[in-house]
Amino acid sequence: MSPATYAYYPGCALHSTAKEYDVSTKLVTKALGIELRELEDWICCGASSAHTISRPLSISLPAHELVSAGKQGLPLVTSCAMCFSRLKFSSKEIQDPETREMVGQVLGEEVPENQEVNHLLEVLSREEIPVTRSLSGLRIACYYGCLLTRPAAVTQFDDSVENPQIMDRLLQRLGAETLDWPFKTECCGAGMLIPRRDIVIKLSHRLLYQARQAGANCLAVACPVCHSNLDLRQREMRSRYGDHFDLPVLYFTQLIGLAMGFSPAEMLLDHHFSDPMPLMREQGWVKKG
Amino acid sequence: MSRIGVFICHCGRNIAEPVDIPAVMEATRAIPGVVYVDENQFTCSLPGQDSVRRAIVEQRLDRVVIGACSPRMHEETFRKALASAGLNPYLLEIANIREHCAWVHGNDRPAATAKAIELVRMAVAKAARNQALFPKEIGVTKRALVIGGGIAGIQAALDIADAGHEVVLVEREPSIGGRMAQLDKTFPTLDCSACILTPKMVEASQHPLITLRTCAQVEAVRGFVGNFEVDIKQGARKVDQEKCTSCGICWQKCPEKVPSEFEMGQGKRSAIYIPFAQAVPAIPVIDTEHCRYIRYLKFNEDKEEGKAPPQCRICEKLCPPQAIDWEEEDSLITEKFGALVVATGYKPFDPTVYEEFGYGHYPDVITGLELERLMSASGPTDGQVLRPSDGTPPKTVVFVSCIGSRDETKGHSYCSQTCCMYMAKHAILLQEHDPEVQSYIFYIDIRATGKGYEEFSRRAQEEAGAQYLRGRIAKVYPKDGKLVVQGEDSLIGRPVEITADLVVLAAAMEPNTGAAEMAQRLSISYDSDHFFVQAHPKLRPVETQTDGVFLAGSCIFPSDIPQSVAQGSAAASKAAALLNRDHLVTNPMTALVDPLKCTGCLQCVAVCPFNAVETQLSREQRTLAVINEGTCKGCGLCVSACRPGAIDLRGTTNQQLLAEVMALW
Amino acid sequence: MLTKDRIVPSADFCQRVEALSGEKITRCNQCGKCTAGCPAAYTMDLGPRQVMRAIQLGLKEEVLQSPTIWICLFCQTCSARCPMGIDVARTIESLCLMAEAEHRKPPEKEIELFHRLFVDSILRHGHLWELGLGGFYNLRSGHPLANISFVPKMLQKGKLRLLPPRTGRGARMRDIFARAREVEAARHKKGEV
Repeated sequence: MSPATYAYYPGCALHSTAKEYDVSTKLVTKALGIELRELEDWICCGASSAHTISRPLSISLPAHELVSAGKQGLPLVTSCAMCFSRLKFSSKEIQDPETREMVGQVLGEEVPENQEVNHLLEVLSREEIPVTRSLSGLRIACYYGCLLTRPAAVTQFDDSVENPQIMDRLLQRLGAETLDWPFKTECCGAGMLIPRRDIVIKLSHRLLYQARQAGANCLAVACPVCHSNLDLRQREMRSRYGDHFDLPVLYFTQLIGLAMGFSPAEMLLDHHFSDPMPLMREQGWVKKG
Repeated sequence: MSRIGVFICHCGRNIAEPVDIPAVMEATRAIPGVVYVDENQFTCSLPGQDSVRRAIVEQRLDRVVIGACSPRMHEETFRKALASAGLNPYLLEIANIREHCAWVHGNDRPAATAKAIELVRMAVAKAARNQALFPKEIGVTKRALVIGGGIAGIQAALDIADAGHEVVLVEREPSIGGRMAQLDKTFPTLDCSACILTPKMVEASQHPLITLRTCAQVEAVRGFVGNFEVDIKQGARKVDQEKCTSCGICWQKCPEKVPSEFEMGQGKRSAIYIPFAQAVPAIPVIDTEHCRYIRYLKFNEDKEEGKAPPQCRICEKLCPPQAIDWEEEDSLITEKFGALVVATGYKPFDPTVYEEFGYGHYPDVITGLELERLMSASGPTDGQVLRPSDGTPPKTVVFVSCIGSRDETKGHSYCSQTCCMYMAKHAILLQEHDPEVQSYIFYIDIRATGKGYEEFSRRAQEEAGAQYLRGRIAKVYPKDGKLVVQGEDSLIGRPVEITADLVVLAAAMEPNTGAAEMAQRLSISYDSDHFFVQAHPKLRPVETQTDGVFLAGSCIFPSDIPQSVAQGSAAASKAAALLNRDHLVTNPMTALVDPLKCTGCLQCVAVCPFNAVETQLSREQRTLAVINEGTCKGCGLCVSACRPGAIDLRGTTNQQLLAEVMALW
Repeated sequence: MLTKDRIVPSADFCQRVEALSGEKITRCNQCGKCTAGCPAAYTMDLGPRQVMRAIQLGLKEEVLQSPTIWICLFCQTCSARCPMGIDVARTIESLCLMAEAEHRKPPEKEIELFHRLFVDSILRHGHLWELGLGGFYNLRSGHPLANISFVPKMLQKGKLRLLPPRTGRGARMRDIFARAREVEAARHKKGEV
């Protein structure tokens, strides 16, 4: 059993565009008796951008959270796959004493050599989840994105880089059917959403196309960036490629919440752009009409 | 005081230019014990050797030092010169003033000269303490063991037997034939593989001097060149070979069907089976893991819970000559051999590690060897190439090279040599099977370096219309019942996507299962990929560092059929040359244990790479180490490992080494 | 008019990239698995394999002026699959940093602008201010109305912050960035990135 208390690094998106991820994360973990102590002084990890602009900054920004968690003596957990990747990269880089010294200089603090970093998916996959509402009827394409499994030596996330199973097994335990589909770790376009929307729409379209082909009636994600790309852009995909997906894209925490008996409203399902409500009605989880 | 003669070789200008020869000679004359100093343009030449011989006689020399090239080059030459002048050949010492001196200090003449003088002085000091050594003669067991019954092993067995020596051919599978038996056609001539192989299999089985042992494995090897003693585990067939008439009723009627190893899991065989129609011997074997009756016996014996397997015994009931023998057990046979030929072959690399290609996940992603079975007229589809998923004939086939080859992260760094050619062969054959088939071949480099190979590869492109694309693929995924292959054509520099019916992975060849353990049993070296190491990659390509153990085929490195056959014959000629001799002369420069100093700690046994240290009880019942002079290579590991200093090396004694070092002061 | 001058291969640039990235570029045997799997290769002038080749040949200008290094999504697919174990993404990251250190005008100036504004937002607020980033980006890139259709619903649902997050981290961020710049300047002086 995992320790019940974690230092929680939400990352910027969870306080804004991925509000529903943050809310569902907090409700679900609380109900499971896991305490997430949000780091008080957390700052942005640099995400998609800092590493192309400045190496000292791109290692130091995530290291700031490693230092904070270290001070609390708690393992660190984050829900965002991009933050997870940056934190993991940073903790690998600071294994090198010279780099650690450099980062210490930038932050003006001593940097711990080893700080445990988890993605929330890893933590929850180890939990016993009481199911009051089976997810049977949901045919879920679990989408892991690029950064949870790659590079394996850095993230050490799942035995499989190309066909990870952690999320699948977790959601299967909740009664859902998860699909064997080949694009679990293909890229959605990530941070290109603003400067090169064309790339994001092309790649995310490819993903949704494959998910639908596999027979999915929804997608599960573990990253706010993946979520925006897949959820927000379905209308643009329709105008560009003529594909009318209307595929709800849910955070895996929302699915856990639903299985634990939280209502779709509590899980903020109405915050999505691709409306999950028709599916919820089909499942009989909200009243029709 | 000894009478030492020193001969300094110019080696043309190799030594004479960087080293001041007159200075070396002058310094040498001053060394006590040196009574004669001479120089030669080429000491290794016949006149050079003559001058050494003459001096030995005329100057009554009792030791000879030659300052020349590495002893690896001409030690034997000069030893013979000494012997022909009546001097014990082991009274020779060579100072390597070429490789160790002239060549490495070519731009510093004074230093090179000084070093040459020191090397000669050391050699003189050592030579003064050289003792006459006398090789011993040992007998030769005139029989050979060939391990592995693939094409290389069969060829070796036939050639040794044709040279007049008895051969035992050991094969762990129920039939000889190896991987070649699984192939449909062979490049670059497109001969039917079985048609050219089966005559050799039959010849081997009928040769009066060859004994076949199938279902058998080598368990232990003792002894040394000319005198090996080998334990062979003879697996039980549970079918009496004398009675069985190979009528086939048993394997036709056996109700238990399991995936066939020979068909690469694509077809079924019964629990009592011969692996393929032309198997040699054609005696079936009972697969004890799957046989219902044996499972029933085991169930009762282990008092397992649940439902017992049926008693079955159908084969026994139906066998006309009553050849089924449930009582037969594995047995251990110990036999003597003079020479061993190792031809344990290869196995295909398992591509499941490439998750991105979906082998094992998508049924229509197969390996080259699996395609061979689909193409073979005796294969599971009677020679019709059909997709494993739905049994339809594929029209678009993508081949992918270097699966596990040239890949340092998931496979091997080496090139498997045969894949480029068999992919070309597959493309040609597929087109012959069905002219509508379009093949695409992803390659990194086309390696077609054998006789007729380049032309064959061109034929695949020009006549069979195979589209060659230079690049590795990155992913295979299913779409609408087909497979999408993502690659790059690196010649035009653009990503490529092909929708295929069948994807064939050219899996690398890697050493067979258990290669490393076999090498350890044989005391031969193996490399990091577990291929066996040759004594010399160019000049002794089928020998090992262990005398009397020879290699052939893909256990050395991925080899195609012509190479394997050539190596089989080469190993056979080496083995036959050995077996033709009545006596072998041992190297007298072996380790020697002083029984008075030996404490019996047996550290020497632990470090000896050649299993040359044996143990003996002294009269006072103390354990003592004894060196087997037949096996000892004189490597000296035991000498340095021996804590009480009880072991010395003849020809390089501790005393001699000390004298050499002291000569530097 | 299209002209292709003859290449004069040189090893200097390759050695420098190897030093900066810690990756052994000479190991690349141009198998193309990186480009074959790259989700963005379709929109690159040089695919990742060609970038590696250009580095091997010493074509510094072609590489540092290539849009590829800015289009790269850092999805790590190439690195995860490279048969020679080369971290291609890390190599490309080092090329971006080299281009930045030389103050080059990036060919994909909008991507670079986005990255700069992103980092700038961190400096100002400690956290990313999405609406601010989007707004400034639209103004600076000359697409004032891009992505604007999502804004009302997101504001309504509380998924965008109208005002910058008030984290009280301003001084701390200025501190960190100032020291990072110092460290960076020292590294640039040593020829590092």
